Amino acid sequence: MSLWSRHKIFETNSIILLIGVLLVISIGGLVEIVPLFYLKSTIEKVEGVRPYTPLELAGRNVYVREGCYNCHSQMIRPLRDEVERYGHYSLAAESMYDRPFQWGSKRTGPDLARVGNKYSDDWHRDHLKDPRAVVPGSIMPSYPWLTEREVDPALVADDMKVQAALGVPYTAEMIAKADADLRIQATTDDPDATALASRYPKAQSRDFDGNAQRISEADALIAYLQMLGTQVDFKLYDNKANIR
Amino acid sequence: MTHAATSPKSMTFGEAGSALAFAALALLCIIIAAKAYTPEYAFHAYLFAAASGWAAFKIVDRFYDRPAQLPPREINGKPNYNMGPVKFATIAGVFWGVAGFTIGLLIASQLAFPALNFDTAWLSFGRMRPLHTSAVIFAFGGNVLIATSLYVVQRTSRARLVGDIAPWFVVLGYNFFIVIAGTGYLLGITQGKEYAEPEWYADLWLTVVWVAYLLVFLGTVMRRKEPHIYVANWFYLAFILTIAVLHLGNNAAIPVSIFSPKSYIVWAGVQDAMVQWWYGHNAVGFFLTAGFLAIMYYFIPKRAERPVYSYRLSIIHFWALIFLYIWAGPHHLHYTALPDWAQTLGMTFSIMLWMPSWGGMINGLMTLSGAWDKLRTDPVLRLMVVSVAFYGMATFEGPLMSVKAVNTLSHYTDWTIGHVHSGALGWVAYVSFGAIYCLVPWLWNKERLYSLKAVSWHFWISTLGIVLYISSMWVAGILQGLMWRAYTSLGFLEYSFIETVEAMHPFYVIRALGGVLFVGGSLIMAWNVWKTITSAKDIAVAEERPLLVAAE
Repeated sequence: MSLWSRHKIFETNSIILLIGVLLVISIGGLVEIVPLFYLKSTIEKVEGVRPYTPLELAGRNVYVREGCYNCHSQMIRPLRDEVERYGHYSLAAESMYDRPFQWGSKRTGPDLARVGNKYSDDWHRDHLKDPRAVVPGSIMPSYPWLTEREVDPALVADDMKVQAALGVPYTAEMIAKADADLRIQATTDDPDATALASRYPKAQSRDFDGNAQRISEADALIAYLQMLGTQVDFKLYDNKANIR
Repeated sequence: MTHAATSPKSMTFGEAGSALAFAALALLCIIIAAKAYTPEYAFHAYLFAAASGWAAFKIVDRFYDRPAQLPPREINGKPNYNMGPVKFATIAGVFWGVAGFTIGLLIASQLAFPALNFDTAWLSFGRMRPLHTSAVIFAFGGNVLIATSLYVVQRTSRARLVGDIAPWFVVLGYNFFIVIAGTGYLLGITQGKEYAEPEWYADLWLTVVWVAYLLVFLGTVMRRKEPHIYVANWFYLAFILTIAVLHLGNNAAIPVSIFSPKSYIVWAGVQDAMVQWWYGHNAVGFFLTAGFLAIMYYFIPKRAERPVYSYRLSIIHFWALIFLYIWAGPHHLHYTALPDWAQTLGMTFSIMLWMPSWGGMINGLMTLSGAWDKLRTDPVLRLMVVSVAFYGMATFEGPLMSVKAVNTLSHYTDWTIGHVHSGALGWVAYVSFGAIYCLVPWLWNKERLYSLKAVSWHFWISTLGIVLYISSMWVAGILQGLMWRAYTSLGFLEYSFIETVEAMHPFYVIRALGGVLFVGGSLIMAWNVWKTITSAKDIAVAEERPLLVAAE
């Protein structure tokens, strides 16, 4: 009886075929995914990386909703030209609070992993409203509705609760103050801005879209963009710490 | 059976149970709609309520109309095939194909002419692009896979589909999922994970539909009159099972509230990236490859009237393909924050994957041994053979691009888009077109297609479209990759990013032209299918086609 005829058992018994398929497809995934929850390089904590503020989280949700990841990556590879163009290569820790991750797979537009503080708030607002007004060759869609639509500060606490349940270190205080924190961060010279910054180090508070009348989605999105890639101080980061 | 004929008509357990379940779901959805956080979500809840209400009504209505006995499994010793759901999925496949290609043409044009975003939220590229990918992969591809799998499993098992309502639930439920997913993207409801954009409630619905699909398929295989499970069914089974596993793994999420469309994925950052591309690459491997290889293994031998070239090669092809594919995901994450060893594993297995891929291609192509002359006379067979050739080309290019050194250039550029479309248009769409052209006369008992000449036109117009598409994207991608890394003699980066965007314009225009041709070809197909169903000559007596056996 040749080896080939032993295959008969799979061809004549659908449950054995089913179990065979399940076993064969499990191996690769398990080997590649499970270690990522234990390895030092993928679970290291880096000084400065913190959860998103309520306003940044709301902005990130606008980023996800509009599908920005279809054209913008947030992952700088350790290649000479990328590091010179965009900044220090991205660390795993820098996206540890990203649900979902937004590394992207296509750069129709430039990488945004370190876009924070590279352009002014006004530039971002004008650019979102009409990209070709500030970058004539741009092929990005215009997003005029972002300055018109308001963010509801009352809703963001629910989002934070879910994230806390998933392990993001939002404290009970942060969740209780989510509504207020969102308003504080969207206001220029708010007296409580320092309290906000004590909960969320380096959080930038101001009226991002230049319209103090309302907290718009543009406020939230620009707050998120201005924070991107600014959390880790690479003068202090020790890139040898994980080499064993 | 005289006893049964006189007994009073009563509802089956399935009819009563599913009618009640749908009625309950309709009620629940009305409550959710009333308390929904956003109007977009309320709209979806009302859609669910309307569809569930309709389903409950339809099940009861159908009960009153039907004879006391459910359709028999066999009539005069011959299987009584259930082809209604297959017909529906075939037509849906044609419809979603034309729709998905057209949206693709729109977004291709948006990249060449951004004014086509019309400054409108739901028309903007970021929302339309997921609509395109989902429409072509899951709506067009998915309906073709469901139609062909439910056809092939019946014919090769010589058995009627398991279930009375279940096959219809699979087909209609799946298409309802497509509607929810697609309208969701336009309204800004998305998980933000490529090829897995639908939110938690759509995912949950799909899970139920998919389990029903697995049960119908597996149940029919178990009911078979043939001792062996035909090779196409191995591939269909692997496709259905693996997609279920991937779907559950990648979409594990916690909703903010049952009244909110928003959810947060349980994985984060680098783990989420790995899970996503484990899913993403195997959506390619199992949805777009294994499923369509099943089509190849049934429809090419059938159309060529030749047995599959090598039975042993198909065994090796099957197990090697499903084992190796799962490992290939990390090649989407080269030089990212994913650990190096995982990237290298992904690359290594991607290169090894070249072998079973080409083994499968050889098995498909060599099936034509002794029937090559049919390529001259049968444009449908030509479509399918060219699709296998494109499969060979795409599965050579893929391993090449997975090499880390090549990937530094190709990643993030349009080269990837070109590669995907040589596989998607050349392989997946062509083998689907071939299967649709075979299926329509078979299902509607027609002697032949309305026009073979139109198939020829479809073939040549689309092929020209594909050539324009992939060659322009190769040039665009490599050009952009080289411009990003170009340095001046003084050691500065030579080009600003926007200069590399501007350089893409002519290629984006050429790509859109390719899209025009591909859409044009699909419209010819839709017309031909329509004419075949409505006006081609019926077969006088449905003849019994010979069964397929693999070569020994």
